[in-house]
Amino acid sequence: MMQIIIGIGVVLVLVILFMIFRIGNLVGLVEEVKTKVGSGNKINAFLFMAFMVLSLLLFFWYSFAHFKKYTLPVASEHGKITDDLFWITMGICVVAFTIIFIAMFWFTYKYQYQEGRKAEFVADNHKLEILWTLVPAVVMALLIFKGLRVWNDITGPASKDAVVIELVGQQWTWTARYPGPKDEELGKIDFRLIDPTNEFGLDLSDKNSFDDFKSQTLHLPVDKEVLLKIRAKDVLHSVFLPHFRVKMDAVPGMQTVFKFIPKKTTQQMRDETGNPNFNYEMACTEICGKGHFSMRFPVVVDDDETYMKWKNSQESWLKQNPDYLKFVPANLREFAMIKSGIAPDNGSQQQGVVQSVTTIK
Amino acid sequence: MATIDIHVHTEVHHHDDHEEHDHHGNFWTSYIFCQDHKVIAKQFLITGMAWALIGGVLSVIFRLQLGFPDAKLEWLRPLLGGWLTSDGKIDPEFYLALVTMHGTIMVFFVLTAGLSGTFSNFLIPLQVGARDMASGFMNMLSYWFFFLSSAVMFTSLFISTGPAGGGWTVYPPLSALPQAVQGSGLGMTLWLVSMALFIVSTLLGGINYITTIINMRTQGMSFTRLPLTIWAFFFTAIIGLLSFPVLFGAALLLIFDRSFGTSFYLSDIYIAGEALPHVGGSPILFQHLFWFLGHPEVYIVLLPALGITSEIIATNSRKPIFGYKAMVGSMLFITILSFVVWAHHMFVTGMNPFLGSIFTLLTLIIAVPSAVKIFNYVTTLWKGNIKFTSAMMFSIGLVSFFLTGGITGLFLGNSAVDIQLHDTYFVVAHFHLVMGSASFFGMIAGIYHWFPKMFGRMMDERLGSIHFWMTFVGVYLVFFPMHYIGIAGFPRRYYSWTNFETFSSFADLNMLVSIAAIVTLSAQFIFLFNFFYSIFRGRLASANPWDSNTIEWTTPRHPKHGNWPGDIPTVYRWPYDYSKPGAKEDYIPQTIPYSETPESNLPHENELIKLEMGNTGAIVIDEKKH
Repeated sequence: MMQIIIGIGVVLVLVILFMIFRIGNLVGLVEEVKTKVGSGNKINAFLFMAFMVLSLLLFFWYSFAHFKKYTLPVASEHGKITDDLFWITMGICVVAFTIIFIAMFWFTYKYQYQEGRKAEFVADNHKLEILWTLVPAVVMALLIFKGLRVWNDITGPASKDAVVIELVGQQWTWTARYPGPKDEELGKIDFRLIDPTNEFGLDLSDKNSFDDFKSQTLHLPVDKEVLLKIRAKDVLHSVFLPHFRVKMDAVPGMQTVFKFIPKKTTQQMRDETGNPNFNYEMACTEICGKGHFSMRFPVVVDDDETYMKWKNSQESWLKQNPDYLKFVPANLREFAMIKSGIAPDNGSQQQGVVQSVTTIK
Repeated sequence: MATIDIHVHTEVHHHDDHEEHDHHGNFWTSYIFCQDHKVIAKQFLITGMAWALIGGVLSVIFRLQLGFPDAKLEWLRPLLGGWLTSDGKIDPEFYLALVTMHGTIMVFFVLTAGLSGTFSNFLIPLQVGARDMASGFMNMLSYWFFFLSSAVMFTSLFISTGPAGGGWTVYPPLSALPQAVQGSGLGMTLWLVSMALFIVSTLLGGINYITTIINMRTQGMSFTRLPLTIWAFFFTAIIGLLSFPVLFGAALLLIFDRSFGTSFYLSDIYIAGEALPHVGGSPILFQHLFWFLGHPEVYIVLLPALGITSEIIATNSRKPIFGYKAMVGSMLFITILSFVVWAHHMFVTGMNPFLGSIFTLLTLIIAVPSAVKIFNYVTTLWKGNIKFTSAMMFSIGLVSFFLTGGITGLFLGNSAVDIQLHDTYFVVAHFHLVMGSASFFGMIAGIYHWFPKMFGRMMDERLGSIHFWMTFVGVYLVFFPMHYIGIAGFPRRYYSWTNFETFSSFADLNMLVSIAAIVTLSAQFIFLFNFFYSIFRGRLASANPWDSNTIEWTTPRHPKHGNWPGDIPTVYRWPYDYSKPGAKEDYIPQTIPYSETPESNLPHENELIKLEMGNTGAIVIDEKKH
């Protein structure tokens, strides 16, 4: 019943609007005979002016009043530089935008139609054309120059002692793999070795893989160069660390890298923002299916000491999955057990563990 | 020069032999399988409008999710059925399908076919002075391929696994693996088939546009006398002809990967519990191929709109367009550069960073001709005598969007700054303003301006004003706030942001955007009413309602197939002699010879009078030969 009444109401409103339109139309016909350009011209000219003033006021007010709300604190070294470049570009753009915006709507208002006036026949002006070709060109050149220098620094090779961490994207989670503290080298992987347990596809014939460990949180040391090695298992994903101004796609079949230096620990950030619950986060920014929006990966930045403590306390992947010792070539098995921490690093107990493994087999 | 004129003339004369084709065809040959460029243009227009409505509705549906994440959308169940979850929310996978189809529909079906298809077809023969397109039959095929393509894409909206859902860029492996997202099953197959047909349609159209512009200009219509609309359509067609085949290749390889087990784009994939046999392919390859079309596509969409508005702004400012040569030059420069900037979409895809440097350089160069265009538009308004017709207001709106959206390109084109902004709402704001809204406004402006020529009646200007102000303010309210959301780092194509503390703010702005989107869409119904009502009941149009110079206004109110009842008019001057000092009226149509306007001729134009006489002589000689 209610729906029918609403329906009738809507129809009535539409009919009334239509009637108003018809009457306006007929009146317009009579007016139109007298003057070719009606009063609507003045109203529209005024509206353009009003639009210009109001929209600029709104733009500047919101941009200043809510500055904190839409800017993210920056926590990496290169992030400060790219932010600077962003705000330099912003300065240039806002000045240029405001001038052109005002000029355009001011002309629109000022040169509205007037009976009997004739527009000025100005077809071109080479000096002006050259001027407004050269000025943007020079400004652009400066921006490019600065931008490319920064870009080269960011994308240049990482230093040899950078902390290497592997990030793996899959539908719809991230995992991190750290090289174990024993060798600081990531072991080889092969996508054909992936199974529900061996989610990295660790190649256990490679010695370096024995002490690699998995983490469900990205732990980073502060003030040290970090080199992210990024890959994906199924479709494209993209690593996005908003506070560190880091973004790089994860591509199946191709490793990508991004290096950066975190400058603030999670705790420092909490103090600085006054938000005791502040946490760094990592997101996915490449469409990857239904769970794209839920690929959150927690990030923690620690001071060096805490970071090392955390790293040394992690169990290697092989220790967590001792069944996989069977994939280690026989001659390396003992070494694997020591390196992965399955067997404590002393001669007496080793023998026993080897035996137990062989009996399992 | 003279020889060229004579040559052109024989061409014209040839057409004169069978002047106006008086069609006694039936309904089918005059309205459905018609070869008249004007009817084909209207077919493109109506189909494009239908698509725009669908694309707009899709966007409002996903804006409901983003603006009102807690709302129960049960009332949409009759429309969406199983695509609503049991608690009345949009299914996350369907959300992606909505985003994908909105993009595909708007970019290809509305702003490529609806815009170029309509106005290139309608205006090229009328403004260069030709009876019809070079090949009417190919032109008809172009529409019907588009129609087929539309039918296939439309069907994909209704299949049980849903339409393609991998984003309008259809990056593999997501688009190649049905295990990855439902839409990559049948939906993606239909998408690819539809796009293949669409490309055929575009190529058939493009060849025709180029041929007609080069070969079928009327006597006196030298390239330097072409209206800027025609220049824009010319460049657009060239871009399309060179870049669409690359998308065809990309799609073909994707089809091979999907159906025949090849590995062009796939490698090292473990999905749904199994390792796939593909090795050695590269998803980056697809991105290069896609954006080799994808970026020029931006200009395929934008240039016609810029051409249309150049014409409209000059006409309604009652002034020549400022810097005609600079306008043509910058369009030519944009055309060339549009082919060498594609990889700026790929700065952070793992592409070689050195390549990133090169593309930063080339991308920021393209800002120069774009800036020149804006300055020329603004200077055209300066000291004009501006009439705010609906078409004019939408054109001013275009310049405003082109400025607002274009300037943020300086951020995104700079690879170092793009790291943070890539795939955030900043990008969404940028391209919706500079390419989406600007081109859309160009299209609407074109409809208001040439409606009298299309249907012989006028659209209602008052409704036009209301439509303009609601849409203009609406579009700004939709897309401007997205800059802030983007600077805050919010990623695109997110169903919801509540999983992240970092992205937990801006519920207010998102709601504002959604409300503005709904208002903007509703305003389009005013336009639709105005359009269809005016076709039948609008005020009768006079022959040249806008006092315009271009030659389409010399045709009768309802031009028949063949356009001009008698000879095709000869052109004597450029199309922008508005408010010429000394002239009685504030416009001098292109068909008026300099010999008739001694009072307003510039010194060098007086010398052209002799040539005009020469041309008449050529006609005599020519007729004797026949």
